[in-house]
Amino acid sequence: MELWFTETHTENVRFSIRVDRQVVSEKSKYQEIAVFDTKEFGRVLTLDGYIMLTEKDEFIYHEMIVHVPMAVKPDIKNVLIIGAGDGGTVRELTRYNTVENIDMVEIDEEVVKVCRKYLKKTSCSLDDKRLNIFYEDGLKFVRRKKNEYDLIIVDSTDPFGPGEGLFTKEFYGNCYQALNEDGILINQHESPYYSEDADSMKRAHRNIARVFDVSEVYQFHMPTYPSGHWLFGFSSKGLDPVKDLKADEWNRLGLKTGYYNTDIHKGAFALPNYVKELLKDE
Amino acid sequence: MEKLSQNDTPIHEALKKHCEQRVVHFDVPGHKGGRGNKELKYFLGEQCLKADVNSMKPLDNLCHPVSVIKDAQRLAAEAFGAEEVFFIVNGTTAAVQAMVMSVCKAGEKIILPRNVHRSAINALILCGAIPVYVDPGVNEELGIPLGMSVSAVKEAIRKNPDAKAIIVNNPTYYGVCSDIEEIVKIAHAHGMKLLADEAHGTHFYFGEDMPASAMKAGADMAAVSMHKTGGSLTQSSFLLCGKNVDSGYVRQIINLTQTTSGSYLLLSSLDISRKNLYLNGKDIFKRTVSYTKYAREEINAIGGYYAFGDELTDGDTVYKFDPTKLSVNTRNIGLAGIEVYDLLRDEYDIQIEFGDLGNILAIVSGGERELEIERLISALSEIKRIHGTTKAKTLNQVYIEPVIKNTPHEAFFAEKKCVPLSESAGCVSTECVMCYPPGIPIIAPGELITDRIVDYIRYAKEMGCQITGTEDMNVQYINVMK
Repeated sequence: MELWFTETHTENVRFSIRVDRQVVSEKSKYQEIAVFDTKEFGRVLTLDGYIMLTEKDEFIYHEMIVHVPMAVKPDIKNVLIIGAGDGGTVRELTRYNTVENIDMVEIDEEVVKVCRKYLKKTSCSLDDKRLNIFYEDGLKFVRRKKNEYDLIIVDSTDPFGPGEGLFTKEFYGNCYQALNEDGILINQHESPYYSEDADSMKRAHRNIARVFDVSEVYQFHMPTYPSGHWLFGFSSKGLDPVKDLKADEWNRLGLKTGYYNTDIHKGAFALPNYVKELLKDE
Repeated sequence: MEKLSQNDTPIHEALKKHCEQRVVHFDVPGHKGGRGNKELKYFLGEQCLKADVNSMKPLDNLCHPVSVIKDAQRLAAEAFGAEEVFFIVNGTTAAVQAMVMSVCKAGEKIILPRNVHRSAINALILCGAIPVYVDPGVNEELGIPLGMSVSAVKEAIRKNPDAKAIIVNNPTYYGVCSDIEEIVKIAHAHGMKLLADEAHGTHFYFGEDMPASAMKAGADMAAVSMHKTGGSLTQSSFLLCGKNVDSGYVRQIINLTQTTSGSYLLLSSLDISRKNLYLNGKDIFKRTVSYTKYAREEINAIGGYYAFGDELTDGDTVYKFDPTKLSVNTRNIGLAGIEVYDLLRDEYDIQIEFGDLGNILAIVSGGERELEIERLISALSEIKRIHGTTKAKTLNQVYIEPVIKNTPHEAFFAEKKCVPLSESAGCVSTECVMCYPPGIPIIAPGELITDRIVDYIRYAKEMGCQITGTEDMNVQYINVMK
């Protein structure tokens, strides 16, 4: 018997992975959560039929979402994470002893439960003492915060479904308000390649650029995401992601990473012309 | 015929059957189920075009209902507690006009609050009835017109014992209800009919702990915008009739102006929505009220904004307040309601119902998702952060007592001249001027234009309100009586 998981990347493009077995499949209040075992990518988590992470390539995503801001501002102490129910972002963050507090706001408690049980690789740090998990709407949570956080990481799903509110101008504005004066916002910024994703990317960039003083975009390779070419946003009230990089300081920490290094850091902000063009259009 | 229940949707079922039969069409509409107009079919969907058919034997005829439309109207009457229901496809405007024209003729008086929708004033233009306005009372702090107090209605009746009917807004756009039960009693004691404009009151018939619906209060007729909060398609509406109404005559009046090609998209949407409201209305409006209650609390917690509700009730001009309404006063963040409306739309992609000088109104119907309620609240918080000032907006007067010189009918059809609006004070207007929405005339035909009115219109224009009503599309000139 052959079992294949297929995700529709565009109306005309599909991406398939051979599945060994389905581990779990359930419906939460917000979405359909499923976990598969696969030969090529190890364990895979999908939400509403979209791949969120695979054991094989999640390190790329989670290292790039965490180490980039940490290398620009190594004294980050208070962090807010929106989404990130799989725990991968928390895992990377808790490697910094200097981080004192992490508030994680995940709308769907079921995702966390499933990941705790079936995705130990990413959920391993969800019991860290510095972590507080809030199961509520990110938009609502951040609205009540003023001048509190050094870093906000928006590790969201796509701009449709439960993550929709996390791509809006009002959300980015609320984040601006919740950050202290040299705070940094990192957000999942979609992909520039297929036109539908590119539209989401452009909209997100436009919304952020209208709120933040600095709004840059950086890229990384994500083999299981549509086109493999994916982006994060780096926004701040003044800090520049490349000029203010504290490379030596970060390297002295001696953290072992699989993808991130301070050269990649600098290079990731160098964008292809077509991406620059897309961002400029707005 | 077997007895129908509220689970049935006679028009919808007949239409479905018709579509399944693959009938060959040599009748109108000419798009023939979309084959004749492919772009329209792709845009609206094939099913939609297939259901867009003309009256025919199995589908009954709106002008003269004898089968499925009649059955659907019966079911609607049962659901709304009315004697008779007419399906209206020309908007609630048509229902309001039919209501007014059914009870008064040229030269007869009708008592109404001045903050009626333009459709009621237009009915007076058409039929020549004489308006007797009741001052609806104003909440000065919020700058909104309220409801008619029972004492003001009694006074109007005392001065005009020959009036034929009274119109009550149940509720107003902002959610304010008059004591309709008491006003019905007074009207009937004086031999007058009670008409209710329930354009914003569909949910009163199905929600729990709602203000009294017109039919329950014993009103004679009510115009109900099913398409506003009842879930049917835009332009579809119900005209409800109570016991002592000659429904045959009402049908004749409706047929004076209503289309003879009633849209089956609209009719079936009324049919299906009635079923949905009857079966699920209680839950839908419970969810609506929980959303608005939550939003009011959260918006008030932002500071500056005032999302008002039940605390306004005073047993008089605010007899009851519609709990589903989310009206927010914005003057203490230093912005006019219309400015907040524009910012929400232009900066945050959030479309609300309207903004006037001091308030915004968001319509919540239970069809929203929680995250959308959060977006609205967050956007309001952002607008305050970025655009707010501590200087409260000074408010212009909101209710200007009209000085009536002629009936709307006389003025509208009189010999007229066109003058610049700014120089029109002292003239009698022959047309309406209003902010749209809400569509409540600032000046109506037959009323004296005063300096205050000219100022008010100029100010509303400056703030960005969409002013409509005059023949001049730019509303710089106004037609007045010679």
